[in-house]
Amino acid sequence: MTHLILSRLTKTFGRETALDDVSLSVAPGERVALLGHNGAGKSTLMKIVLGLIPADAGRVEVLGAPPGSPQARAQVAYLPENAAFHPALTGEEQMGLYLRLRGQSPRDARPLLDRVGLGSAATRRIGTYSKGMRQRVGLAQALIGRPRLLILDEPTSGLDPVSRREFYAILDDLAADGAAILLSSHALTEVEARTDRIAILSRGVVVADDTLAGLRRNAALPTRMQIAARPGAADEVAEALQAGGRNGVTVDLVCAADEKLDRLGRIAALGPLVEDVEILPPSLKDIYDHYSRREAK
Amino acid sequence: MTAALGLAGCEFRIALRNRWVAIVIAMMALFALVLAAAGSAPTGALGADRLSVTVASLTSLAVYLVPLVALLMSFDAIAGEVERGTLPLLLTYPVSRGRVLLGKAAAHLATLAIAFAVGYGLAAGAAFAVDAEAARGLPALWRLFWSSLLLGAGFLGIGYALAAVARRPGAAAGLAIGLWLVAIVLYDLGLLAAVVADGGGAFTTDVFPWLLLANPADAFRLFNLASSEATAAAAGVGGAAAAIPAWQALLSITLWPLAAFALALQAFRKVTP
Ligand SMILES: Nc1ncnc2c1ncn2[C@@H]1O[C@H](COP(=O)(O)OP(=O)(O)OP(=O)(O)O)[C@@H](O)[C@H]1O
Ligand SMILES: [Mg+2]
Repeated sequence: MTHLILSRLTKTFGRETALDDVSLSVAPGERVALLGHNGAGKSTLMKIVLGLIPADAGRVEVLGAPPGSPQARAQVAYLPENAAFHPALTGEEQMGLYLRLRGQSPRDARPLLDRVGLGSAATRRIGTYSKGMRQRVGLAQALIGRPRLLILDEPTSGLDPVSRREFYAILDDLAADGAAILLSSHALTEVEARTDRIAILSRGVVVADDTLAGLRRNAALPTRMQIAARPGAADEVAEALQAGGRNGVTVDLVCAADEKLDRLGRIAALGPLVEDVEILPPSLKDIYDHYSRREAK
Repeated sequence: MTAALGLAGCEFRIALRNRWVAIVIAMMALFALVLAAAGSAPTGALGADRLSVTVASLTSLAVYLVPLVALLMSFDAIAGEVERGTLPLLLTYPVSRGRVLLGKAAAHLATLAIAFAVGYGLAAGAAFAVDAEAARGLPALWRLFWSSLLLGAGFLGIGYALAAVARRPGAAAGLAIGLWLVAIVLYDLGLLAAVVADGGGAFTTDVFPWLLLANPADAFRLFNLASSEATAAAAGVGGAAAAIPAWQALLSITLWPLAAFALALQAFRKVTP
Protein backbone atom coordinates (compact mmCIF):
# COMPACT_ATOMS: atom_id res chain seq x y z
CA MET A 1 0.00 0.00 0.00
CA THR A 2 1.21 3.50 -0.79
CA HIS A 3 1.20 5.70 2.29
CA LEU A 4 0.63 8.98 0.52
CA ILE A 5 -1.06 9.58 -2.81
CA LEU A 6 -1.65 13.00 -4.34
CA SER A 7 -3.36 13.13 -7.65
CA ARG A 8 -4.02 16.17 -9.80
CA LEU A 9 -3.88 18.52 -6.84
CA THR A 10 -4.59 22.20 -7.49
CA LYS A 11 -4.55 25.09 -5.05
CA THR A 12 -4.85 28.79 -5.74
CA PHE A 13 -4.63 31.75 -3.38
CA GLY A 14 -6.62 34.48 -5.06
CA ARG A 15 -4.97 34.82 -8.47
CA GLU A 16 -1.78 33.10 -7.32
CA THR A 17 -1.53 29.43 -8.32
CA ALA A 18 0.40 27.69 -5.56
CA LEU A 19 -0.08 24.12 -6.86
CA ASP A 20 -0.98 23.18 -10.40
CA ASP A 21 -2.08 19.63 -11.21
CA VAL A 22 0.37 18.01 -8.81
CA SER A 23 0.58 14.22 -8.61
CA LEU A 24 2.98 12.52 -6.23
CA SER A 25 3.17 9.43 -4.09
CA VAL A 26 5.31 8.12 -1.26
CA ALA A 27 5.60 4.40 -0.51
CA PRO A 28 6.36 2.82 2.88
CA GLY A 29 10.04 3.00 3.73
CA GLU A 30 10.64 5.60 1.06
CA ARG A 31 12.33 8.94 1.68
CA VAL A 32 11.22 11.52 -0.84
CA ALA A 33 12.75 14.99 -1.04
CA LEU A 34 10.66 17.87 -2.26
CA LEU A 35 12.80 20.59 -3.83
CA GLY A 36 11.91 23.95 -5.27
CA HIS A 37 12.61 27.66 -5.14
CA ASN A 38 11.07 29.91 -2.50
CA GLY A 39 7.37 30.10 -3.13
CA ALA A 40 7.33 26.98 -5.31
CA GLY A 41 4.51 25.49 -3.24
CA LYS A 42 6.29 22.98 -1.00
CA SER A 43 4.79 24.12 2.29
CA THR A 44 1.38 24.52 0.70
CA LEU A 45 1.50 20.93 -0.53
CA MET A 46 2.42 19.71 2.94
CA LYS A 47 -0.35 21.66 4.65
CA ILE A 48 -2.87 20.14 2.27
CA VAL A 49 -1.57 16.66 3.06
CA LEU A 50 -2.04 17.41 6.76
CA GLY A 51 -5.55 18.71 6.23
CA LEU A 52 -4.64 22.18 7.54
CA ILE A 53 -5.82 23.86 4.35
CA PRO A 54 -8.24 22.48 1.77
CA ALA A 55 -7.25 21.84 -1.84
CA ASP A 56 -9.26 23.40 -4.66
CA ALA A 57 -9.25 20.26 -6.77
CA GLY A 58 -7.64 16.86 -6.85
CA ARG A 59 -7.49 13.87 -4.55
CA VAL A 60 -5.34 13.23 -1.48
CA GLU A 61 -5.12 9.91 0.29
CA VAL A 62 -3.18 9.66 3.53
CA LEU A 63 -2.77 6.07 4.75
CA GLY A 64 -6.02 5.24 3.03
CA ALA A 65 -7.93 8.07 4.72
CA PRO A 66 -8.81 11.65 3.80
CA PRO A 67 -6.27 14.28 4.92
CA GLY A 68 -6.93 15.70 8.38
CA SER A 69 -9.24 12.83 9.37
CA PRO A 70 -8.72 11.36 12.85
CA GLN A 71 -7.30 8.15 11.33
CA ALA A 72 -4.81 10.09 9.26
CA ARG A 73 -3.82 12.41 12.09
CA ALA A 74 -3.20 9.50 14.44
CA GLN A 75 -0.42 8.17 12.19
CA VAL A 76 1.05 11.28 10.60
CA ALA A 77 3.80 13.40 12.15
CA TYR A 78 4.53 16.95 11.05
CA LEU A 79 7.43 19.31 11.49
CA PRO A 80 6.39 22.83 10.42
CA GLU A 81 8.88 25.02 8.62
CA ASN A 82 9.27 27.44 11.53
CA ALA A 83 8.70 25.17 14.47
CA ALA A 84 7.34 27.31 17.31
CA PHE A 85 6.43 26.35 20.85
CA HIS A 86 5.16 28.17 23.87
CA PRO A 87 8.16 30.03 25.33
CA ALA A 88 6.88 29.68 28.90
CA LEU A 89 6.96 25.86 28.86
CA THR A 90 10.07 23.75 29.35
CA GLY A 91 11.11 21.29 26.67
CA GLU A 92 10.00 18.43 28.87
CA GLU A 93 6.57 19.93 29.58
CA GLN A 94 5.96 20.70 25.91
CA MET A 95 6.94 17.17 24.91
CA GLY A 96 4.80 15.81 27.75
CA LEU A 97 1.79 17.59 26.30
CA TYR A 98 2.45 16.28 22.78
CA LEU A 99 2.84 12.76 24.17
CA ARG A 100 -0.48 13.00 25.98
CA LEU A 101 -2.17 14.30 22.85
CA ARG A 102 -1.04 11.11 21.13
CA GLY A 103 -2.24 9.01 24.04
CA GLN A 104 1.26 8.20 25.32
CA SER A 105 2.83 8.62 28.72
CA PRO A 106 4.45 12.01 29.37
CA ARG A 107 7.31 10.10 30.98
CA ASP A 108 8.63 9.32 27.49
CA ALA A 109 9.55 13.00 27.09
CA ARG A 110 13.08 12.56 28.45
CA PRO A 111 14.15 9.65 26.21
CA LEU A 112 12.82 11.49 23.16
CA LEU A 113 14.65 14.69 24.07
CA ASP A 114 17.79 12.65 24.72
CA ARG A 115 17.46 11.14 21.27
CA VAL A 116 17.68 14.58 19.65
CA GLY A 117 20.44 15.68 22.00
CA LEU A 118 18.36 17.99 24.18
CA GLY A 119 18.54 15.96 27.38
CA SER A 120 20.53 18.55 29.30
CA ALA A 121 18.17 21.41 28.35
CA ALA A 122 14.96 19.47 29.04
CA THR A 123 14.06 21.42 32.18
CA ARG A 124 14.77 24.84 30.70
CA ARG A 125 12.06 27.00 29.19
CA ILE A 126 11.82 26.88 25.42
CA GLY A 127 12.01 30.68 25.40
CA THR A 128 15.68 30.31 26.30
CA TYR A 129 16.44 27.81 23.50
CA SER A 130 18.49 28.62 20.40
CA LYS A 131 16.93 28.25 16.95
CA GLY A 132 18.56 24.88 16.40
CA MET A 133 17.38 23.67 19.79
CA ARG A 134 13.79 24.62 18.97
CA GLN A 135 14.15 22.78 15.68
CA ARG A 136 15.22 19.70 17.64
CA VAL A 137 12.14 19.92 19.85
CA GLY A 138 10.21 19.91 16.58
CA LEU A 139 12.04 16.78 15.50
CA ALA A 140 11.50 15.09 18.84
CA GLN A 141 7.75 15.64 18.68
CA ALA A 142 7.67 14.22 15.15
CA LEU A 143 9.11 10.96 16.48
CA ILE A 144 6.29 10.34 18.97
CA GLY A 145 4.40 7.11 18.64
CA ARG A 146 5.94 5.42 15.59
CA PRO A 147 4.32 7.56 12.86
CA ARG A 148 3.70 5.86 9.51
CA LEU A 149 4.06 9.06 7.48
CA LEU A 150 6.33 11.96 8.31
CA ILE A 151 5.88 15.36 6.70
CA LEU A 152 8.98 17.42 7.43
CA ASP A 153 9.15 20.99 6.16
CA GLU A 154 12.81 22.02 5.93
CA PRO A 155 13.76 19.79 8.86
CA THR A 156 17.47 20.60 8.84
CA SER A 157 17.22 24.38 8.62
CA GLY A 158 19.08 25.85 11.58
CA LEU A 159 20.87 22.60 12.43
CA ASP A 160 24.64 22.39 12.60
CA PRO A 161 26.44 19.85 10.36
CA VAL A 162 26.79 17.23 13.09
CA SER A 163 23.12 17.49 14.04
CA ARG A 164 22.18 17.16 10.39
CA ARG A 165 24.04 13.89 10.14
CA GLU A 166 22.34 12.65 13.30
CA PHE A 167 18.99 13.74 11.93
CA TYR A 168 19.45 11.74 8.72
CA ALA A 169 20.54 8.74 10.76
CA ILE A 170 17.22 8.95 12.64
CA LEU A 171 15.40 9.21 9.29
CA ASP A 172 17.19 6.08 8.07
CA ASP A 173 15.95 4.18 11.14
CA LEU A 174 12.39 5.38 10.57
CA ALA A 175 12.44 4.43 6.90
CA ALA A 176 13.95 1.04 7.72
CA ASP A 177 11.00 0.57 10.05
CA GLY A 178 8.63 1.17 7.14
CA ALA A 179 7.67 4.81 7.63
CA ALA A 180 7.10 6.96 4.56
CA ILE A 181 8.93 10.28 4.65
CA LEU A 182 8.33 13.43 2.64
CA LEU A 183 10.74 16.25 3.38
CA SER A 184 11.46 19.57 1.78
CA SER A 185 14.88 21.14 1.72
CA HIS A 186 17.09 23.75 0.17
CA ALA A 187 20.26 21.87 1.13
CA LEU A 188 20.84 19.91 -2.07
CA THR A 189 24.05 18.12 -1.12
CA GLU A 190 22.56 16.38 1.92
CA VAL A 191 19.35 15.48 0.09
CA GLU A 192 21.43 13.98 -2.72
CA ALA A 193 23.01 11.42 -0.44
CA ARG A 194 20.19 10.73 1.97
CA THR A 195 16.94 10.29 0.07
CA ASP A 196 15.55 7.69 -2.28
CA ARG A 197 13.65 9.90 -4.64
CA ILE A 198 13.56 13.56 -5.57
CA ALA A 199 10.59 15.61 -6.70
CA ILE A 200 11.18 19.11 -7.99
CA LEU A 201 8.42 21.70 -7.81
CA SER A 202 8.65 24.81 -9.94
CA ARG A 203 5.92 27.39 -9.54
CA GLY A 204 3.47 24.79 -8.37
CA VAL A 205 4.25 22.28 -11.12
CA VAL A 206 6.09 18.98 -10.60
CA VAL A 207 8.87 19.24 -13.21
CA ALA A 208 10.76 16.13 -12.11
CA ASP A 209 10.04 13.10 -9.95
CA ASP A 210 12.58 10.28 -10.05
CA THR A 211 15.61 8.75 -8.34
CA LEU A 212 18.78 10.77 -8.56
CA ALA A 213 20.20 8.34 -11.15
CA GLY A 214 17.02 8.57 -13.19
CA LEU A 215 17.05 12.36 -13.10
CA ARG A 216 20.69 12.37 -14.11
CA ARG A 217 20.06 10.05 -17.05
CA ASN A 218 17.04 12.00 -18.18
CA ALA A 219 18.73 15.36 -17.97
CA ALA A 220 21.69 14.03 -20.03
CA LEU A 221 23.92 16.71 -18.61
CA PRO A 222 27.56 16.79 -19.67
CA THR A 223 30.13 15.09 -17.46
CA ARG A 224 33.24 16.95 -16.40
CA MET A 225 36.66 15.34 -16.32
CA GLN A 226 39.72 16.74 -14.65
CA ILE A 227 42.96 15.39 -15.98
CA ALA A 228 46.13 15.89 -13.98
CA ALA A 229 48.99 16.01 -16.48
CA ARG A 230 52.70 15.33 -15.91
CA PRO A 231 54.46 18.60 -15.04
CA GLY A 232 55.08 20.52 -18.24
CA ALA A 233 52.84 18.26 -20.33
CA ALA A 234 49.57 20.12 -19.77
CA ASP A 235 49.61 21.86 -23.11
CA GLU A 236 50.36 18.66 -24.95
CA VAL A 237 47.53 16.80 -23.20
CA ALA A 238 45.06 19.58 -23.82
CA GLU A 239 45.91 19.62 -27.48
CA ALA A 240 45.62 15.86 -27.86
CA LEU A 241 42.17 15.86 -26.23
CA GLN A 242 40.99 19.13 -27.79
CA ALA A 243 40.13 20.36 -24.29
CA GLY A 244 39.39 23.96 -23.36
CA GLY A 245 40.25 24.97 -19.81
CA ARG A 246 43.64 24.35 -18.29
CA ASN A 247 45.72 25.75 -15.45
CA GLY A 248 49.33 24.65 -15.39
CA VAL A 249 48.93 20.98 -14.59
CA THR A 250 45.20 20.13 -14.79
CA VAL A 251 43.14 19.99 -17.94
CA ASP A 252 39.37 20.38 -17.81
CA LEU A 253 37.24 18.42 -20.20
CA VAL A 254 33.48 18.50 -20.68
CA CYS A 255 31.75 15.74 -22.61
CA ALA A 256 28.26 14.39 -23.17
CA ALA A 257 27.19 11.44 -21.06
CA ASP A 258 27.43 8.95 -23.91
CA GLU A 259 30.92 10.05 -24.98
CA LYS A 260 32.35 9.37 -21.58
CA LEU A 261 33.90 5.96 -22.26
CA ASP A 262 35.30 7.00 -25.60
CA ARG A 263 37.01 9.99 -23.98
CA LEU A 264 38.40 7.86 -21.17
CA GLY A 265 39.93 5.55 -23.74
CA ARG A 266 41.66 8.43 -25.43
CA ILE A 267 42.96 9.70 -22.12
CA ALA A 268 44.30 6.27 -21.27
CA ALA A 269 46.05 6.18 -24.62
CA LEU A 270 48.10 9.21 -23.65
CA GLY A 271 49.89 6.94 -21.22
CA PRO A 272 52.68 8.50 -19.15
CA LEU A 273 51.61 12.07 -19.98
CA VAL A 274 48.64 11.66 -17.59
CA GLU A 275 49.06 11.24 -13.85
CA ASP A 276 45.42 11.00 -12.79
CA VAL A 277 41.84 11.43 -14.00
CA GLU A 278 38.89 12.67 -11.93
CA ILE A 279 35.35 12.17 -13.25
CA LEU A 280 32.76 14.62 -11.91
CA PRO A 281 29.20 13.56 -12.71
CA PRO A 282 26.61 16.38 -12.77
CA SER A 283 25.70 17.28 -9.18
CA LEU A 284 22.15 17.55 -7.93
CA LYS A 285 22.62 21.29 -8.12
CA ASP A 286 23.28 21.08 -11.87
CA ILE A 287 20.31 18.75 -12.29
CA TYR A 288 18.10 20.99 -10.18
CA ASP A 289 19.11 24.04 -12.24
CA HIS A 290 18.44 22.09 -15.42
CA TYR A 291 14.91 21.07 -14.46
CA SER A 292 13.82 24.33 -12.88
CA ARG A 293 15.28 26.39 -15.73
CA ARG A 294 13.69 24.22 -18.39
CA GLU A 295 10.30 24.88 -16.85
CA ALA A 296 10.85 28.63 -16.63
CA LYS A 297 11.47 28.87 -20.38
CA MET B 1 -10.22 13.17 27.73
CA THR B 2 -6.60 12.83 28.81
CA ALA B 3 -5.79 15.09 25.85
CA ALA B 4 -8.04 17.88 27.14
CA LEU B 5 -6.61 17.43 30.65
CA GLY B 6 -3.08 17.66 29.31
CA LEU B 7 -3.96 20.83 27.43
CA ALA B 8 -5.62 22.28 30.51
CA GLY B 9 -2.57 21.50 32.63
CA CYS B 10 -0.22 23.22 30.19
CA GLU B 11 -2.50 26.18 29.75
CA PHE B 12 -2.74 26.64 33.52
CA ARG B 13 1.02 26.44 33.83
CA ILE B 14 1.32 29.07 31.10
CA ALA B 15 -1.21 31.29 32.91
CA LEU B 16 0.82 30.90 36.10
CA ARG B 17 4.07 31.82 34.38
CA ASN B 18 2.55 34.69 32.42
CA ARG B 19 1.49 36.07 35.82
CA TRP B 20 -2.14 35.93 34.69
CA VAL B 21 -3.06 33.95 37.77
CA ALA B 22 -1.20 36.38 40.01
CA ILE B 23 -2.71 39.44 38.32
CA VAL B 24 -6.26 38.14 38.53
CA ILE B 25 -5.92 37.06 42.15
CA ALA B 26 -4.27 40.32 43.17
CA MET B 27 -6.97 42.32 41.44
CA MET B 28 -9.82 40.42 43.09
CA ALA B 29 -8.15 40.55 46.49
CA LEU B 30 -7.41 44.26 46.25
CA PHE B 31 -10.94 45.21 45.25
CA ALA B 32 -12.48 42.91 47.85
CA LEU B 33 -10.39 44.47 50.59
CA VAL B 34 -11.18 48.00 49.45
CA LEU B 35 -14.88 47.16 49.47
CA ALA B 36 -14.66 45.58 52.90
CA ALA B 37 -12.94 48.67 54.24
CA ALA B 38 -15.35 51.08 52.58
CA GLY B 39 -18.37 49.14 53.86
CA SER B 40 -17.21 48.99 57.44
CA ALA B 41 -19.47 51.86 58.48
CA PRO B 42 -22.49 50.62 60.48
CA THR B 43 -25.50 49.71 58.33
CA GLY B 44 -27.85 49.16 61.26
CA ALA B 45 -31.23 50.29 59.95
CA LEU B 46 -31.35 47.86 57.04
CA GLY B 47 -31.24 44.90 59.37
CA ALA B 48 -28.85 43.01 57.11
CA ASP B 49 -25.82 41.20 58.47
CA ARG B 50 -22.36 42.40 57.52
CA LEU B 51 -21.62 39.56 55.08
CA SER B 52 -24.84 40.13 53.11
CA VAL B 53 -23.87 43.76 52.76
CA THR B 54 -20.43 42.73 51.55
CA VAL B 55 -21.94 40.28 49.04
CA ALA B 56 -24.14 43.07 47.70
CA SER B 57 -21.13 45.30 47.08
CA LEU B 58 -19.08 42.39 45.72
CA THR B 59 -21.88 41.69 43.27
CA SER B 60 -21.78 45.18 41.80
CA LEU B 61 -17.99 44.89 41.62
CA ALA B 62 -18.05 41.45 39.99
CA VAL B 63 -20.40 42.68 37.28
CA TYR B 64 -17.57 44.86 35.98
CA LEU B 65 -14.50 42.88 36.92
CA VAL B 66 -15.41 39.30 36.01
CA PRO B 67 -16.31 39.95 32.35
CA LEU B 68 -13.21 42.13 31.87
CA VAL B 69 -10.83 39.57 33.33
CA ALA B 70 -12.48 36.69 31.44
CA LEU B 71 -12.32 38.54 28.12
CA LEU B 72 -8.70 39.60 28.57
CA MET B 73 -7.63 36.11 29.57
CA SER B 74 -9.39 34.33 26.75
CA PHE B 75 -8.39 36.57 23.83
CA ASP B 76 -4.77 35.52 24.15
CA ALA B 77 -5.72 31.85 24.11
CA ILE B 78 -6.39 31.49 20.39
CA ALA B 79 -5.10 34.67 18.80
CA GLY B 80 -1.83 34.29 20.70
CA GLU B 81 -1.52 30.73 19.47
CA VAL B 82 -2.06 31.83 15.87
CA GLU B 83 0.42 34.69 16.30
CA ARG B 84 3.14 32.49 17.78
CA GLY B 85 2.63 29.96 15.00
CA THR B 86 1.98 27.11 17.42
CA LEU B 87 -1.53 26.38 16.16
CA PRO B 88 -0.77 24.53 12.89
CA LEU B 89 1.27 21.87 14.66
CA LEU B 90 -1.29 21.47 17.42
CA LEU B 91 -4.06 20.96 14.89
CA THR B 92 -2.19 18.12 13.19
CA TYR B 93 -2.41 16.13 16.42
CA PRO B 94 -5.25 13.64 16.82
CA VAL B 95 -7.29 15.94 19.04
CA SER B 96 -10.49 17.70 18.03
CA ARG B 97 -10.80 21.46 18.08
CA GLY B 98 -13.57 21.10 20.63
CA ARG B 99 -11.14 19.38 22.99
CA VAL B 100 -8.54 22.08 22.44
CA LEU B 101 -11.07 24.73 23.39
CA LEU B 102 -12.31 22.68 26.33
CA GLY B 103 -8.78 22.28 27.68
CA LYS B 104 -8.11 26.00 27.52
CA ALA B 105 -11.47 26.81 29.09
CA ALA B 106 -10.86 24.41 31.98
CA ALA B 107 -7.54 26.11 32.76
CA HIS B 108 -9.02 29.59 32.58
CA LEU B 109 -12.00 28.62 34.72
CA ALA B 110 -9.64 27.18 37.31
CA THR B 111 -7.74 30.47 37.33
CA LEU B 112 -10.98 32.39 37.85
CA ALA B 113 -12.13 30.00 40.58
CA ILE B 114 -8.91 30.50 42.54
CA ALA B 115 -9.12 34.26 42.16
CA PHE B 116 -12.76 34.37 43.30
CA ALA B 117 -12.06 32.08 46.24
CA VAL B 118 -9.22 34.32 47.41
CA GLY B 119 -10.99 37.64 46.78
CA TYR B 120 -14.38 36.70 48.18
CA GLY B 121 -12.73 34.77 51.00
CA LEU B 122 -10.81 37.86 52.09
CA ALA B 123 -13.94 40.00 52.01
CA ALA B 124 -15.85 37.39 53.99
CA GLY B 125 -13.03 37.24 56.54
CA ALA B 126 -13.28 40.98 57.00
CA ALA B 127 -17.05 40.73 57.48
CA PHE B 128 -16.71 37.96 60.08
CA ALA B 129 -14.17 40.05 61.95
CA VAL B 130 -16.67 42.82 62.68
CA ASP B 131 -20.02 41.00 62.78
CA ALA B 132 -20.78 37.81 64.70
CA GLU B 133 -23.99 37.40 62.70
CA ALA B 134 -22.09 37.27 59.40
CA ALA B 135 -22.70 33.53 59.00
CA ARG B 136 -26.22 34.37 57.85
CA GLY B 137 -24.72 35.71 54.65
CA LEU B 138 -22.79 32.54 53.78
CA PRO B 139 -25.40 31.11 51.37
CA ALA B 140 -25.37 34.40 49.49
CA LEU B 141 -21.56 34.31 49.33
CA TRP B 142 -21.55 30.76 47.97
CA ARG B 143 -24.16 31.75 45.39
CA LEU B 144 -22.04 34.70 44.41
CA PHE B 145 -19.04 32.39 43.94
CA TRP B 146 -20.60 29.90 41.57
CA SER B 147 -22.65 32.44 39.67
CA SER B 148 -19.45 34.46 39.16
CA LEU B 149 -17.94 31.35 37.60
CA LEU B 150 -20.94 31.02 35.28
CA LEU B 151 -20.63 34.68 34.33
CA GLY B 152 -16.89 34.21 33.77
CA ALA B 153 -17.51 31.11 31.65
CA GLY B 154 -19.93 33.05 29.45
CA PHE B 155 -17.42 35.79 28.79
CA LEU B 156 -14.56 33.31 28.31
CA GLY B 157 -16.61 31.72 25.53
CA ILE B 158 -17.31 35.11 23.99
CA GLY B 159 -13.59 35.89 24.24
CA TYR B 160 -12.60 32.69 22.40
CA ALA B 161 -15.11 33.42 19.68
CA LEU B 162 -13.79 36.98 19.26
CA ALA B 163 -10.20 35.80 19.21
CA ALA B 164 -10.96 33.14 16.62
CA VAL B 165 -12.62 35.72 14.41
CA ALA B 166 -9.97 38.44 14.91
CA ARG B 167 -6.96 36.06 14.86
CA ARG B 168 -4.48 38.82 15.76
CA PRO B 169 -3.86 39.46 19.47
CA GLY B 170 -3.89 43.24 19.00
CA ALA B 171 -7.22 43.23 17.21
CA ALA B 172 -8.64 40.65 19.61
CA ALA B 173 -7.65 42.73 22.65
CA GLY B 174 -9.27 45.80 21.12
CA LEU B 175 -12.43 43.85 20.38
CA ALA B 176 -12.48 42.43 23.90
CA ILE B 177 -12.24 45.87 25.52
CA GLY B 178 -14.80 47.29 23.10
CA LEU B 179 -17.22 44.48 23.82
CA TRP B 180 -16.77 44.92 27.55
CA LEU B 181 -17.49 48.62 27.23
CA VAL B 182 -20.63 48.02 25.20
CA ALA B 183 -22.03 45.03 27.09
CA ILE B 184 -21.25 46.14 30.61
CA VAL B 185 -21.14 49.93 30.65
CA LEU B 186 -23.06 51.35 27.67
CA TYR B 187 -25.81 48.71 27.74
CA ASP B 188 -26.89 49.70 31.23
CA LEU B 189 -26.57 53.41 30.49
CA GLY B 190 -28.72 52.96 27.40
CA LEU B 191 -31.34 51.04 29.33
CA LEU B 192 -31.38 53.67 32.04
CA ALA B 193 -31.83 56.45 29.50
CA ALA B 194 -34.64 54.53 27.79
CA VAL B 195 -36.44 53.87 31.06
CA VAL B 196 -36.19 57.53 32.05
CA ALA B 197 -37.47 58.65 28.65
CA ASP B 198 -40.26 56.10 28.76
CA GLY B 199 -41.51 57.43 32.11
CA GLY B 200 -43.04 54.16 33.32
CA GLY B 201 -44.74 53.23 30.07
CA ALA B 202 -44.96 49.94 28.16
CA PHE B 203 -41.21 49.78 27.55
CA THR B 204 -40.44 49.77 31.25
CA THR B 205 -42.93 47.05 32.10
CA ASP B 206 -42.81 44.80 29.01
CA VAL B 207 -39.48 45.18 27.22
CA PHE B 208 -37.07 46.32 29.91
CA PRO B 209 -37.10 43.07 31.98
CA TRP B 210 -36.29 40.99 28.90
CA LEU B 211 -33.45 43.28 27.96
CA LEU B 212 -32.04 42.91 31.46
CA LEU B 213 -32.28 39.13 31.24
CA ALA B 214 -30.67 39.04 27.81
CA ASN B 215 -27.43 40.54 29.11
CA PRO B 216 -25.52 37.98 31.21
CA ALA B 217 -23.98 40.66 33.42
CA ASP B 218 -27.37 42.16 34.26
CA ALA B 219 -28.85 38.71 34.77
CA PHE B 220 -25.98 37.92 37.13
CA ARG B 221 -26.67 41.06 39.18
CA LEU B 222 -30.39 40.35 39.24
CA PHE B 223 -29.87 36.75 40.30
CA ASN B 224 -27.59 37.58 43.20
CA LEU B 225 -29.63 40.49 44.48
CA ALA B 226 -33.04 38.89 44.02
CA SER B 227 -32.10 35.53 45.58
CA SER B 228 -31.70 36.86 49.07
CA GLU B 229 -33.87 39.39 50.81
CA ALA B 230 -31.00 40.54 52.95
CA THR B 231 -28.79 41.35 49.98
CA ALA B 232 -31.68 42.90 48.12
CA ALA B 233 -32.34 45.13 51.07
CA ALA B 234 -28.66 46.00 51.37
CA ALA B 235 -28.44 46.90 47.71
CA GLY B 236 -31.74 48.73 47.65
CA VAL B 237 -33.15 46.89 44.66
CA GLY B 238 -36.61 47.93 43.60
CA GLY B 239 -38.92 48.64 40.72
CA ALA B 240 -39.10 46.49 37.61
CA ALA B 241 -35.89 44.63 38.39
CA ALA B 242 -37.32 43.27 41.62
CA ALA B 243 -40.26 41.82 39.68
CA ILE B 244 -38.05 39.44 37.69
CA PRO B 245 -37.97 35.98 39.30
CA ALA B 246 -34.52 34.69 40.25
CA TRP B 247 -34.89 31.47 38.26
CA GLN B 248 -35.20 33.41 35.01
CA ALA B 249 -31.99 35.25 35.77
CA LEU B 250 -30.31 31.96 36.66
CA LEU B 251 -31.47 30.44 33.39
CA SER B 252 -29.92 33.34 31.50
CA ILE B 253 -26.50 33.02 33.18
CA THR B 254 -26.57 29.26 32.64
CA LEU B 255 -27.50 29.43 28.98
CA TRP B 256 -24.95 32.10 28.14
CA PRO B 257 -21.84 29.93 28.66
CA LEU B 258 -23.38 27.17 26.54
CA ALA B 259 -24.32 29.54 23.75
CA ALA B 260 -20.96 31.31 23.91
CA PHE B 261 -19.02 28.04 23.70
CA ALA B 262 -21.10 26.86 20.77
CA LEU B 263 -20.32 30.15 19.06
CA ALA B 264 -16.62 29.91 19.94
CA LEU B 265 -16.40 26.37 18.63
CA GLN B 266 -18.01 27.38 15.38
CA ALA B 267 -15.60 30.31 14.96
CA PHE B 268 -12.60 28.19 15.97
CA ARG B 269 -13.51 25.47 13.45
CA LYS B 270 -13.27 28.10 10.70
CA VAL B 271 -9.73 29.15 11.63
CA THR B 272 -7.28 27.96 8.97
CA PRO B 273 -3.78 28.12 10.42
N1 LIG C 1 -2.08 31.83 3.13
C1 LIG C 1 -1.67 32.24 1.91
N2 LIG C 1 -2.29 33.27 1.31
C2 LIG C 1 -1.91 33.68 0.08
N3 LIG C 1 -0.90 33.14 -0.60
C3 LIG C 1 -0.23 32.12 -0.06
C4 LIG C 1 -0.57 31.62 1.23
N4 LIG C 1 0.26 30.61 1.53
C5 LIG C 1 1.09 30.49 0.48
N5 LIG C 1 0.81 31.39 -0.48
C6 LIG C 1 1.48 31.53 -1.79
O1 LIG C 1 1.62 30.26 -2.36
C7 LIG C 1 2.87 30.12 -2.98
C8 LIG C 1 3.60 28.91 -2.43
O2 LIG C 1 3.97 29.15 -1.09
P1 LIG C 1 4.70 28.06 -0.19
O3 LIG C 1 4.76 28.57 1.20
O4 LIG C 1 4.06 26.76 -0.41
O5 LIG C 1 6.18 28.04 -0.81
P2 LIG C 1 7.43 27.17 -0.40
O6 LIG C 1 7.76 26.31 -1.56
O7 LIG C 1 7.20 26.50 0.88
O8 LIG C 1 8.57 28.27 -0.24
P3 LIG C 1 9.79 28.36 0.78
O9 LIG C 1 10.91 27.61 0.19
O10 LIG C 1 10.10 29.82 0.82
O11 LIG C 1 9.35 27.85 2.09
C9 LIG C 1 3.60 31.43 -2.77
O12 LIG C 1 3.45 32.20 -3.92
C10 LIG C 1 2.88 32.07 -1.62
O13 LIG C 1 2.91 33.45 -1.74
MG1 LIG D 1 7.99 26.61 2.71
